Amino acid sequence: MSEFVPITAPARQRQQASIGQPVKRRDGVAKVTGAATYAADNHPKDMLHAVMAVATIANGRVRALDVAAAKAHPGVVEVMTPENRPALAKNPDDRDNPFMFRLDLLQSDRVRYANQPIAVVIAETFEAATEGAALLAPRYDVEPAQLDMHADSEAFVPEAVGPGAPAESHVGDIDAGLAQGSHRVDSTYETPAQYHNPMEPHAVVAAWEGDKLIVDTPSQAMTIARGRLAGLFGIDADDVLIRSPYLGGGFGCKGALMSPQVLGILAAKMVGRPVKLVPTRPQMYGPLGHRAPTSQTLRLGMDDAGKLTALSHHARTTSSMFDEFFEPSANISHTLYASLAISTTHDAVRVHTGTPMFMRGPGEASGSVALESAIDEAAHACGMDPLAFRLANYADVEPISGKPFSSKRLYDCYAQGAERFGWAKRVLAPRSMRDENGLLVGWGLGTATFPVIMFEAEARAIIRADGTGVMETGAQDMGQGAWTALAQIAADSLKLELDQTVFRAGTSDLPDGGVAGGSGHTATVGNAIDAAGRNAIARLIDMAVADTDSPLHGLAADQVEARWGRLQAVDDGARSEGYADILRRAGLRELEGHGRGRADADVGERYAMHAHGAVFAEVKVDPDLGQMRVTRMVGAFAAGRVINPRMVESQFFGGMIWGLGFALHEKAETDPRTGRIMNANLGEYHVPTNADVANIEALIVNEDDPHVNVLGIKGVGEIAVTGTAGAIANAVWHATSKRVRRFPIGVADMIAEPATAD
Amino acid sequence: MSLAIQITLNGESRAIELDDPRITLLDLLRERLELTGTKKGCDRGQCGACTVLVDGRRVNACLTLAASLEGASVETIEGVADGPELHPVQQAFIDHDGFQCGFCTPGQIMSAIGLLREARVHGDPERVREQMSGNLCRCGAYAGIVEAVLDAERLTARESERGVA
Amino acid sequence: MNHFDYVRPTTIEDAVAAASEPGATYLAGGTNLLDLMKGGAIKPARLVDITHLPALNRIERDEGGGARIGALVKNAGLAYDDEFAHDFPAVAEALLAGASPQLRNAATVGGNLLQRTRCAYFYDPASACNKRVPGAGCDARDGLNSNHAVLGFSDACIATQPSDFCVALAALDAVVEIAGREGQREVALTDFHRLPGDTPHQETRLAPGELIVGVRLPKEAAAFAWHSRYLKVRERTSYAFALVSAAAALKIDDNGTITDARIAMGSIAAKPWRAYDAEAGLIGSQIGIEAFAAAGRAALAGAAPSGDNAYKIPLAQNAVARVLARAAAGTPRELPALPGAPFATATGELAHV
Repeated sequence: MSEFVPITAPARQRQQASIGQPVKRRDGVAKVTGAATYAADNHPKDMLHAVMAVATIANGRVRALDVAAAKAHPGVVEVMTPENRPALAKNPDDRDNPFMFRLDLLQSDRVRYANQPIAVVIAETFEAATEGAALLAPRYDVEPAQLDMHADSEAFVPEAVGPGAPAESHVGDIDAGLAQGSHRVDSTYETPAQYHNPMEPHAVVAAWEGDKLIVDTPSQAMTIARGRLAGLFGIDADDVLIRSPYLGGGFGCKGALMSPQVLGILAAKMVGRPVKLVPTRPQMYGPLGHRAPTSQTLRLGMDDAGKLTALSHHARTTSSMFDEFFEPSANISHTLYASLAISTTHDAVRVHTGTPMFMRGPGEASGSVALESAIDEAAHACGMDPLAFRLANYADVEPISGKPFSSKRLYDCYAQGAERFGWAKRVLAPRSMRDENGLLVGWGLGTATFPVIMFEAEARAIIRADGTGVMETGAQDMGQGAWTALAQIAADSLKLELDQTVFRAGTSDLPDGGVAGGSGHTATVGNAIDAAGRNAIARLIDMAVADTDSPLHGLAADQVEARWGRLQAVDDGARSEGYADILRRAGLRELEGHGRGRADADVGERYAMHAHGAVFAEVKVDPDLGQMRVTRMVGAFAAGRVINPRMVESQFFGGMIWGLGFALHEKAETDPRTGRIMNANLGEYHVPTNADVANIEALIVNEDDPHVNVLGIKGVGEIAVTGTAGAIANAVWHATSKRVRRFPIGVADMIAEPATAD
Repeated sequence: MSLAIQITLNGESRAIELDDPRITLLDLLRERLELTGTKKGCDRGQCGACTVLVDGRRVNACLTLAASLEGASVETIEGVADGPELHPVQQAFIDHDGFQCGFCTPGQIMSAIGLLREARVHGDPERVREQMSGNLCRCGAYAGIVEAVLDAERLTARESERGVA
Repeated sequence: MNHFDYVRPTTIEDAVAAASEPGATYLAGGTNLLDLMKGGAIKPARLVDITHLPALNRIERDEGGGARIGALVKNAGLAYDDEFAHDFPAVAEALLAGASPQLRNAATVGGNLLQRTRCAYFYDPASACNKRVPGAGCDARDGLNSNHAVLGFSDACIATQPSDFCVALAALDAVVEIAGREGQREVALTDFHRLPGDTPHQETRLAPGELIVGVRLPKEAAAFAWHSRYLKVRERTSYAFALVSAAAALKIDDNGTITDARIAMGSIAAKPWRAYDAEAGLIGSQIGIEAFAAAGRAALAGAAPSGDNAYKIPLAQNAVARVLARAAAGTPRELPALPGAPFATATGELAHV
């Protein structure tokens, strides 16, 4: 199932690397024909449908559920509640690493946030299960909910932010720096709670075969999910098979296994039949993670030359009442701008919401919109062009650590992006540009950055008797193009054409594919694949040079190289033979190589490693009606080695569109009395539509990084969210002279006149 | 209560017994007819992932009650390609990288086919953007989608000029 | 979704009889009805499927230039009827500014008149809503209400009617044709929707079982065809409900003097809001930004915030001024790529230059 034959033309004697080629998606045909099987598309025999009932209160207890009414509904088979839920081997409230989250698995009648699962109805049909869940008509003992992130008396400094970063960092004397500046910015920016909203909900189809468990569910990290399930159910990890060949988007919320997925598995265990459970769209606003809201205060000092003397960034965020994830927003200020003093601090307030978690650019996205807005305000305070101001504060070493960058071509990003956008024609003063129809026009800039993150992954390479190759790793493709880009790396590692290389991924019984997250999947798995392929080739060379029948016999291993399915002597191309010949003489059906990819801790000690970019945005604003439209965006990004420029461009587009949504659209609106999210749907929680994205360009700036990893890959999945939201906010300011510091920027923010009722 | 409807599904006449009046076209396709190419993204007409053609026009299958489809013609993503030969819109989506995760893609493609049948694009990308706005793509593949629709429109126009069906 | 009884009558008489039972409701396009049923906001005991009723899917023209639109005509079918769109361009533009292509292909003319509010508290069965449960209270009053009414609201309800189509119909004096047990009757569209008062659950003039069979546009409406536009302000470029919307239709003589005017606004009240005083004030005026701005102010006379929505008053004033400017500039030969959008601009129409 999880194997692709290429759709490209038959083998050409191209004989050049697959890496760097704009290969079309190898899963393309499956996706455009509807044949690609997502989790909810599975339908094992005798399958039942499960639907969750979720809480409508944010704090309290479930006093009563009308289980009898639900069970009386035709087709309902069972109702799972805290009273009868099958036992677990591990408390769902235990967690032992920063990538594990506490789960709501009906462990009690306690409600800790609105939309928390409180029961599961299992029925013969989806229709019956849905109505059965409604018929439970829960009654509650309601307790007051704490929902105010500005409750200062509740604030505390978390032990760590993000996945284990310090909550505070300082370099230099921030007060002295602020005092030293002749210009000052002191602004607070508010960002709202946002929800990942992948198009595909966290569906699960679970089937137990005795103590063995087969789960179809989207996962960005199958090995971790498998371990989590094994722990919860007290079974061996090898007895859990997770299949996740396609994810309908992830963006962070499918990184950890989430409560609804486990509830589907529990339901299957309870009824002894396969069960499908798919959260409804409204149910995705609670138990499935979100980007926490922030309130960020930036204090900047600048000298007369426009150089930063102080950069202070404080971020207030929230976590749930029962678990920890603290959006590390202020840490964006560690990297980008040189300053005599830098101070980043975080604090947090617990609120009755679901637990926030990693969401595309966690910390970086929310931090960037505040930092880039503040930098724009600083440029204005100094009377400088926003690009000139950024160049004046360009960091030649990482400001917070003093480390050199492993590579940094941000200057080229600025230059190439500005050239393409036409930035030189920008008028300095705000509200001074108009289009031919009189709409206000603004041009804004934001700097993008994202760290190089690597997890750990393994791969197995196989050279087969017919000379073709196989590469296996439990990688996950959530749309970023793993099926294609990793296959390209695999082909190159085995020195084969792409269409001579079978690439297997997407199931948990393959070598550990690590995490599709942190923009680190291609770097991590790619290097594992590269190592596995090279390992296989090395073994093949060892066999050949030891084989008296080989034309390569007697050469030292380093005198032999692999080229497109053949081994040959480095200094004599005539001495060569095909892979198949070597295996055939040895009587082998296949030969394996193994490889591992992970960060080199030593390199991390010596270098600051980040991708960089610059995003230029044009926004038009109707001066009377306040409606805004991003009419043009140009992003230029330097992110190390590019495996597949077609897919990388798409990643940049996607990130920039997320930035657009951050700036102008996305916001969960919580009723301050009940804690219920009142726009928990895709009609009123706005994400950008096609019409919101007018002209968009992404430039790939070449960058050769000799340090980050063998392949020189940095990562492209998240960086483009950063920079973009700030660029758009800055463009809105430039168009209107209105600096809106609460996101998303909306029509009401643009309507100047006070209400009159004459 | 049992309801029977007669529909034409991807060109084939089908008599379908509905076990429940609440069944939507989307759940009929996905859960009862093994046609899972059509996706459920929101189930409320707010994302377009379930777009199919009913009597030649694109609609949200999630808001279409199956029982009311008596006599209707339904086309889904499974009926679009001619055997191994992709529909021009399908090929254009691959050529222009008009998708990433692929979950919204069947709906996007059905919407694009419906749009081209409406014949109101006339090579204008702005009209494509507006007319494809009923299909959300969270990955943000919109630029490729617009290019794909324009490309498919050009190709279809050339073919009809040549008298190719 | 609750279990319901499903019937599919083949005559209007049978449909009316079937729908006169308590708890019955009509199913046409279903785009709003199924959404509400899935969310548990409404739980009809019986669905009377009228989609197979004959003769309700026609667009007919009378000799004087008026139009009769069958209740089952789809939104897209009407907007893309070239003859209709030519004569009633603001109606076509309003239709195409609404929802998505998929929804416009399913939603019907009759159903659009019965579109329910987007108030989140109406949709949420766990919230108090006088519209959903009479006497339950109104959680919107002190809740999230930035897109609620600024005209015609009451203590019991501050919700708005969100239809785009109805705004253009209200401006053009459309008439609703209704079938009931006693035969057919007609109600002016401007009278069809009710303001909430103490009975916000009574949204229209329809009696139980009554069926909208058609909408008529009088021949006078077609006389505005040369100066007729619709404008919709929203938070997303497409596929979003209005913050405010406005329709305008003008007759202008050769001297640039306005001889007749029609103005209606949407999403600011529980009904499409016809601005008669603003219309009267325009007659005899020269076309121009000042007259249009004055009309905008007149149109919002008596408006007041019902919550966190004071911005909607100046916004609606500006929207009226803008749509008048667009109407005065002349109906475009072809609707813009983004129908009803502020960005579909023509030079010189902005007030605050």
